[in-house]
Amino acid sequence: MKEQRELTGYIHSLESFGSVDGPGVRYVIFMSGCAMRCQFCHNPDTWNMHSGTQYTADQLLAKARKYRSYWGSEGGITVSGGEPLLQIDFLTELFKRAKAEGIHTTLDTSGNPFTRKEPFFGKFQELLKYTDLILLDIKHIDEEKHQELTGCTNGNILDLAEYLSEVSQPVWIRHVLIPGRSDEDMYLKKLDNFLQKLHNVEKVEVLPYHTLGTYKWKELGLDYPLEGIESPSKERVENARRLLHADGGGEKTE
Amino acid sequence: MTQYEQWNGFNGRLWKDDINVRDFIQNNYTPYDGDERFLAEPTEATNKLWGKLQELQKEERARGGVLDMETEVVSGLTAYGPGYIDEEMKDLEQVVGLQTDKPLKRAFMPYGGIKLAEQACTTYGYTPSEKLHEIFTKYHKTHNQGVFDIYTPEMLKARHNKIITGLPDTYGRGRIVGDYRRVALYGIDYLIEKKMEDFNETERHGMKGTDFRIREEVADQLKALKEMKEMAAVYGYDISQPAKDAKEAAQWLYFGYLAAIKTQNGAAMSVGRISTFLDIYIQRDLEKGLLTEAQAQELIDHMVMKCRMVKFARVPSYNELFSGDPVWATLEVAGIGQDGRSMVTKNDYRFLHTLENMGPSPEPNLTVLYSSRLQENFKKYASHISITTSSVQYENDDVMRPVWGDDYAICCCVSATQTGKEIQFFGARANLAKCLLYAINGGVDTKSREQVAPAYKPVTSEYLDYDDVMDKYDKMLDWLSKLYVDTLNMIHYMHDKYYYEAAEMALIDTDVRRTFATGIAGFSHVVDSLSAIKYGKVKVIRDETGLAVDYETEGSFPKYGNDDDRADDIAVWLLKTFMGKLRKCHTYRNSEPTTSILTITSNVVYGKATGALPDGRKAGEPLAPGANPSYGAEQNGLLASLNSVAKLPYEEALDGISNTQTINPGALGHDAQERVENLTRVLDGYFNQGAHHLNVNVFGKEKLIDAMEHPEKEEYANFTIRVSGYAVKFIDLTREQQMDVISRTCHEDM
Repeated sequence: MKEQRELTGYIHSLESFGSVDGPGVRYVIFMSGCAMRCQFCHNPDTWNMHSGTQYTADQLLAKARKYRSYWGSEGGITVSGGEPLLQIDFLTELFKRAKAEGIHTTLDTSGNPFTRKEPFFGKFQELLKYTDLILLDIKHIDEEKHQELTGCTNGNILDLAEYLSEVSQPVWIRHVLIPGRSDEDMYLKKLDNFLQKLHNVEKVEVLPYHTLGTYKWKELGLDYPLEGIESPSKERVENARRLLHADGGGEKTE
Repeated sequence: MTQYEQWNGFNGRLWKDDINVRDFIQNNYTPYDGDERFLAEPTEATNKLWGKLQELQKEERARGGVLDMETEVVSGLTAYGPGYIDEEMKDLEQVVGLQTDKPLKRAFMPYGGIKLAEQACTTYGYTPSEKLHEIFTKYHKTHNQGVFDIYTPEMLKARHNKIITGLPDTYGRGRIVGDYRRVALYGIDYLIEKKMEDFNETERHGMKGTDFRIREEVADQLKALKEMKEMAAVYGYDISQPAKDAKEAAQWLYFGYLAAIKTQNGAAMSVGRISTFLDIYIQRDLEKGLLTEAQAQELIDHMVMKCRMVKFARVPSYNELFSGDPVWATLEVAGIGQDGRSMVTKNDYRFLHTLENMGPSPEPNLTVLYSSRLQENFKKYASHISITTSSVQYENDDVMRPVWGDDYAICCCVSATQTGKEIQFFGARANLAKCLLYAINGGVDTKSREQVAPAYKPVTSEYLDYDDVMDKYDKMLDWLSKLYVDTLNMIHYMHDKYYYEAAEMALIDTDVRRTFATGIAGFSHVVDSLSAIKYGKVKVIRDETGLAVDYETEGSFPKYGNDDDRADDIAVWLLKTFMGKLRKCHTYRNSEPTTSILTITSNVVYGKATGALPDGRKAGEPLAPGANPSYGAEQNGLLASLNSVAKLPYEEALDGISNTQTINPGALGHDAQERVENLTRVLDGYFNQGAHHLNVNVFGKEKLIDAMEHPEKEEYANFTIRVSGYAVKFIDLTREQQMDVISRTCHEDM
């Protein structure tokens, strides 16, 4: 019998100290590949599917495990990207093994690959068995604006949000706040209306847009589409937090 | 059993029969599990006094770093009349006593070395007394003179070439912490009585030199105790009896400390583990209704204010080593008792709260004796204070307690000694990075071209061979460890002889345990260099004389600071090897050798004196501080870096393993609550792995750059940062050191 090769995933990078991607202190695995082309993406270097290093699930867990002493009762691993759902087989394998060790698993996703069609849907249901928390990015509530901002529809993303609510999967909703692109009251209210109908949202996080990733666009020889747009003001952030009923009371500044 | 009415309400008996402050604490303290909401705001008196002191500090800075200096009077316990922060507000001071007659005025301390004391004066535009010059050159020898009289030519050369460096032969060795609590608990008369007993005990038939020495030392201690009473009397206090309440306890204790800082200008003058002790008095007064929380906080605020005022006259070469005018008035909070109870009391909160009531400050060097088993409330409060002030350091109580018990104090930056039972002979550091270069070049210094070490066979190959280099390095480390210890032995012999710490030793058991604290500089660079040689390919660049002056390193190699065992194993090997060699040397007064990986800010000067290294560090660049990974070596984030340092075994570096990390607030979490939570988890995770020490800074690089460019901004007047082993006001650093701090890794968010 032919020996089965162990599944590997393409990993863009690893961070031992993640404190903003899920609860507590987390080991963050950034996977390669994303089909969206968000204008504000701060990790455009993760877009290419096969640009990373290949790891098996065990290899990644061996690395992550070294940080277990920092996780306390809340922390664990977060898989981000790129878009992890593009490598759903590997992701499921990784989370399955992590859960077997009692490690808290968080998936940070844009939802873009989601569909209720097979074979994806069955695989996704399997993945949920081993996923403690999903950080779901909703880039824009309006279809047309979403298309402009990301080059993709938001139909299946909102469908994913509704599906996760149906199956009571704990979710944190994240919304990147970009002045003039995703911070208008009208849309924020609309987004809030949508979120209010869901009953699985534990937290809404407003992430102020920042320009720290722009240098990566330049390094990749790409034109940065949001050139000239600054981070939102504190007032706008507070406003968005209020409208979206985001908890946490807001960013404390130094 | 002795009984004083001042002890009414206190439990236990051992501490009454004999001097045993630990027993008193264990029998009487009240652990506190609550949160910080009980804390009081500063009183009006505190605001007034602190306001005045800040004015004085401003003036001091405007005058180039020194407000006033003594030139005519030799410092001593009874050299001055009373002094206050402000004569008109003296009644507001809950704790009184200054080193001299005026606030922030620096005393003249010639016993360590007259030339240095004079140089300190002239540096700041003061003219030292001619009469004192005559006395301390013609009629009285100093510590510095004693040492230089007996140094061997080899020692002088090694010292000059800075392979052994920062030696306490030009300044007081410090690191001796008197048990100042004894003054409060027992009063001076009882302490005199006990020392007299010790003195009489030393009498035996056929006494010899060592017996005479002990008798002389105890005689000096007795004299110091008597003078302490006179010193206190100047301020209107009689400290012959035990303190009767919290105010007296704080005052008595401070007088003990004041005696130390009036007589010694040691590089580190720790206050010690006083927080839990004082809480017992405060708690008794609170329960009796004699004190309110506001008054309790005021007492602690004022005591801390005094610690913020400690000053010594220093020379430029000292300031280069220990930048920013530090005195290491180190003061500990928290810790866990041998019986498993947390030693966190309300007072531990009060001490941390001083950083809120009077703003951030480098002194006293507030140290949290950390254990993940401390109360969650307290851990979070400490994290909160770290995040808002960057003025606190953490040391792992779980690794220190098994070695030093539950009543140790931090005697300098990071190293522990049992309070009142132990002293340390401080020995600065040996530059192991430079030693590696000596191994490659057969003992010739690339900077001075002098043959400093023995002319062992140099490396002659074009590429460095790991086994060859290791063999030569081992021999060179042998030479260095012996020379280093021999040099320190001379220093401490002379320090004991000419600059004995009578006041501090009077508050320590006569039968004292001594440790011999050596230190390592250049640690991460040696590790990375050896890793480069082992895993990469290192080509030697030679000058016209054939001396290896630079290296070209090809291929990637693992670096210390990434949780990669290949590099970290070399780090462990290096520490164990050097410590093993030190253990083979005879040490002065049968002290127990220890070592530290700690450089203070001297990493900059040490780096200047060190040539290019195989790890890619260029000649003259600063060394990484303490046990920190090298600049730019950390590629896998904060926790990977912490894990590398956590692998170093504390039992091989009992003098301390210093690690300084700067974290961008945004990288700690989205909001204040998350940041506190996450920092607490980082501390738990790091220390649960057996790591020893962590300095935590929370700010972004932008703030440092702005503070460097605009030191005049009000917000930067007290901007405090942790550097290797202590805290410093950032604007007090030299520009070179500021640049060094800025260039160090700051852990940002992704």
